[in-house]
Amino acid sequence: MTDAEDPLKGYRGRARARLEGWGARVWGDIRATNDAGSTFEGVILPRSETLDDEHVVLKLKTGYNVGLHIDRIVSLEEVGYKEAIYKIPDKEFPLRPDLPKVTLLGTGGTIASRLDYRTGAVIPAFTPGELYGAVPELADIANLTTKKLFGVFSENMAKEQFVILAEAIGREIEAGVDGIVVGHGTDVMGHTAAILSFMVQDPPVPIVMVGSQRSSDRPSSDAARNLIDAVRAAGQGDVAEVVICMFGPTSDRYALLHRGTRCRKMHSSYRSTFRTIGDIPLAMVGERFRYLTPDYRRRDRSRKVRINTAYDDRTTILYYYPGMKPDVVDAMVEKGYRGIVVAGTGLGHVNKPLYPALKAAIAAGVHVVMTVQTLWGYAQMYVYDTGRDLLDIGVVALDNMLPETALMKLSWVLGQTDDHDEVLRMMRTPVNGEITGREPHNGYLILQGGLPETEAFISSHWK
Amino acid sequence: MAPASPASSSDAPDRAPVAGTRPRSREDEVLDYAGVGLIAGLEVHQQLLTERKLFCQCPAGRYTRTHDGTVLRHMRPTLSELGVYDGTALMEFKTRKHIVYLLNRENTCTYEMDDTPPFPVNQKAVDVAIEQCLMLGCDIVDEVHIARKQYLDGSIPTGFQRTAIVGVNGRLPFRGRTLTITQVSVEEDSCREVSDRGHLIVWRTDRLGMPLIETVTAPDLRTPDEVEEAILLVGRVCRSTGHVRVGLGASRQDVNVSVRGGRRVEIKGVPRAGWAPALVHGEGVRQTNLLRLRDELHRRGLTRPDAIGIETTDVTDLFASSRLEPLRRDAWERFVSSEGRRPEFELGEGAFRVLAVRLPGLGDTLSWPTQPGRTFAHELAGRVRVVSGLDQPPILFHSEDWPTAARDELDALRMAVQWGPDDGLVVVWGPEADTRTAAEEIRIRYADATEGVPHETRQPFPDGSTDFERILPGPDRMYPDTDSPPTRVTRERVERLRETLSERPWEREARYADAGVPTSTVHYLIRRGGAARVDQVVRDCGADLRFAAFFFGERLKGLRRSGVAVHEIPEERWCELFRAFLERPARHEAWAALVTRLADEPWETTAEALRALGLDGAPAGWRDRLTRWLDDAAAEVYDDDPGRLVRHATGRVMSELRGRVPARSVVEAVRTALEAGR
Ligand SMILES: [Zn+2]
Repeated sequence: MTDAEDPLKGYRGRARARLEGWGARVWGDIRATNDAGSTFEGVILPRSETLDDEHVVLKLKTGYNVGLHIDRIVSLEEVGYKEAIYKIPDKEFPLRPDLPKVTLLGTGGTIASRLDYRTGAVIPAFTPGELYGAVPELADIANLTTKKLFGVFSENMAKEQFVILAEAIGREIEAGVDGIVVGHGTDVMGHTAAILSFMVQDPPVPIVMVGSQRSSDRPSSDAARNLIDAVRAAGQGDVAEVVICMFGPTSDRYALLHRGTRCRKMHSSYRSTFRTIGDIPLAMVGERFRYLTPDYRRRDRSRKVRINTAYDDRTTILYYYPGMKPDVVDAMVEKGYRGIVVAGTGLGHVNKPLYPALKAAIAAGVHVVMTVQTLWGYAQMYVYDTGRDLLDIGVVALDNMLPETALMKLSWVLGQTDDHDEVLRMMRTPVNGEITGREPHNGYLILQGGLPETEAFISSHWK
Repeated sequence: MAPASPASSSDAPDRAPVAGTRPRSREDEVLDYAGVGLIAGLEVHQQLLTERKLFCQCPAGRYTRTHDGTVLRHMRPTLSELGVYDGTALMEFKTRKHIVYLLNRENTCTYEMDDTPPFPVNQKAVDVAIEQCLMLGCDIVDEVHIARKQYLDGSIPTGFQRTAIVGVNGRLPFRGRTLTITQVSVEEDSCREVSDRGHLIVWRTDRLGMPLIETVTAPDLRTPDEVEEAILLVGRVCRSTGHVRVGLGASRQDVNVSVRGGRRVEIKGVPRAGWAPALVHGEGVRQTNLLRLRDELHRRGLTRPDAIGIETTDVTDLFASSRLEPLRRDAWERFVSSEGRRPEFELGEGAFRVLAVRLPGLGDTLSWPTQPGRTFAHELAGRVRVVSGLDQPPILFHSEDWPTAARDELDALRMAVQWGPDDGLVVVWGPEADTRTAAEEIRIRYADATEGVPHETRQPFPDGSTDFERILPGPDRMYPDTDSPPTRVTRERVERLRETLSERPWEREARYADAGVPTSTVHYLIRRGGAARVDQVVRDCGADLRFAAFFFGERLKGLRRSGVAVHEIPEERWCELFRAFLERPARHEAWAALVTRLADEPWETTAEALRALGLDGAPAGWRDRLTRWLDDAAAEVYDDDPGRLVRHATGRVMSELRGRVPARSVVEAVRTALEAGR
């Protein structure tokens, strides 16, 4: 029996047996009386399988849910049946000849959705018609086409999905769209933005990644606003790079465009979670665009995109901590890893006992590169002896490349060559800003709360 | 752009005079409640006394008047199950409000900002809620499920209130019958409104997230007086536990009223029980009049909502130099700048316009009576103010109450819009987009009138009137909170809480009455939380019930009124005080001085206060000094009346010995000494 056919979805053990005894089923409109003489009228909801097998969940006529303990129910009868209809209104997306063509590629993150009011389940809106029903403003910005590539949670994105996505982007560019939006869960959006920056080079049009931090089934969601701004950036913006488009401040003010290789999710739940690290964002997006730097690739339809989906996932990040044992490195080599990105302390350091293990790894043909776990700043291993020793054994410093970006790039590079010198050359040659020669002083700004000047600033600006 | 700062520091919105007022008539004052089939029910909100908020670790009950951060947000309606938007949600979206939250680090964290998901529900709050349910005679549900109840007015930054049913099926004895408690839910409190001007509403987040319970009664009430009494009863039941907050805003009630053939209207946030009778009466009158208006519209052939049509005309130029100041562009510009209204915040889109709305066949309905002292034009003004954001008083002018000083302008207007004698005529003004919204809202309100009474939430005012607040939302706005797991409530937990449950108020009333305490004193003690103290000193300190009730219910009230900071006295002092009374009953006579001392020096123990006031015993050798005091007293008395001498001498000696020596002993000693000296 499949889930969809199970009339007692989610119920198991004792609760299931009792419900079967009463001839009750999920979506049954029932009347139950308990041992205190209280009567409950409502619809039986499916039950989460992680919960116990002693309660029946009811949606009452008032809209509230309650759980009834099966041992307290003295009678239960079905008086009707109300199955939930999982459907989203599908209005025809109006096309206007004067608007740019934008394709939205779906990867599984829900950008717009409708909520099932009984279960709380989120039903994603995805077709242009559904999106138009949920976010009608889109029709004034672009002529939207949607393609669902796969449906995975953001954290399940891996090699297979990266390749499919890069190829799909190539096809859309070939087909002549004016911009591409990639709907994506936020957790690993930074990783996907980085790998796409390597797999899709010299795009003639914007490739804009977008998601939401508050799901779109909430009135306060950031999803609609993010989507509107992403479609603007894709259809009308001038930044023809792989970028992330998400809330600037947590207030509803504007979105920021972050370069795909320099962007990181910095808070587990804030709306303004994405920040450009070690540099400034490229643009503010709202009713108007405000470009913050001239340093970006302009939209140019004549430019030929280069798609290279090479990828070797036998790579990993080694997040160094004091007292780390060398056998961690040995294990990676033993298991056949070909590339290790070390997130070192300070300027790119690990402790001495690790040196022999790293040396052995390199001797075994594993490529070891160094980034900094401080995220901001450069791996400058020549400054201290410890760093110089690491350089001597063949660990390569990646300057100010972010650890996650380095992992994505190393995977991409190792998909193309195993030649150590070539690996090093490619890793150290920036494709799109993953290493920058200089760090502007406003590239590192973490305002420290509590200081008088910070408080003066945040009390006079939208958070 | 700098964040908005509210124009007024007051946390209560101002109320401006709006169109549609009329003198109250005799018909306004009388209503046969049974005849019109008036029924009413309550939703009583009571804050719980917990240290922390319901879904985060912020302190509860710490209110602030300043802020150190601001957030700007907007709300979008979410699609309902059938792919349509909830009526309320849609209306609130139409208002296109910019919503500003004022944050203070002391009482707000990222949860209140809706930038962090909820933490596990505060189980202490759930315990207090269960206790409240038990007091209300409810059956406790076995598994508490958190639901989200949508509010798009911005009062909660998530756009929904987290709420959960804890108890159902309660019963309270009421006027010899039963008042049914349908359900009790525990929920998070909302923000406090700071200001609402044009398209900008400002909220303070200090109160947001504090735990409260909502007690819903069945519509069992039949008269305005019953509603007041029921509010007081539920209040006494809640306060009997001593685990709820008291004071301004700690309890608020929504009163649901309808008449036969009308619809349920929710009068929201009634702050005091005493307001209820006038509000319920007024709503009964309103619904009765709206049903009459429906019949009148049907008589005119306007039997369905779609039978109502309107015509709008831009008459900005016609009023360019009007004697009605609000209709002039220059006056509008002055209004906008004096209020500091900004284009992207308070102000709607478009240039200043005066829009005339012709209402074919609706003549004589604008002045139709509705609630006491109001006409149907007031209903229109309420909708226009809330939905379109056009809030400059009087919000609209209309043909049936046109200011006499500008009569000629009405004639010109009638010409301009081709008014017919059967038509109604309304004029609104403001930013163009808003005037269009307003015109449409006027049509919708008339369309509703063809069906009688619309489902509404109405805001109450102290004079007993109400104004439109929003369309009453339906059950479609409720959905499960996917962020919070359910809480199982075991029978063991319920029984544990039942064991320590305070007495029900009616049981306490009976017990106190047996001891001779008047009902008014009992109610006062329960309302103000003093009853728990009375019971404690009786139980633990050997106090007499009648005396303790009189002490906490009357004496302290008097002392508080005379300015003594009784509330400063730490809780443990009361038991010490009553033990001190027990030890030396003479100390009773110095109660006022003693309580005043305890209030003035809250860090002093009762023993220290007794010592400081010399109340730790009879002064040694007081009988020896008696003769000298009596000689002094005799010298002060201007005649030989022996009665006067006794009274004066006793008073003089008492002032030295009050609380140290029992009055009876003093009187006795004085009399003996005087008799001996004679
Ligand atoms: Zn908090």
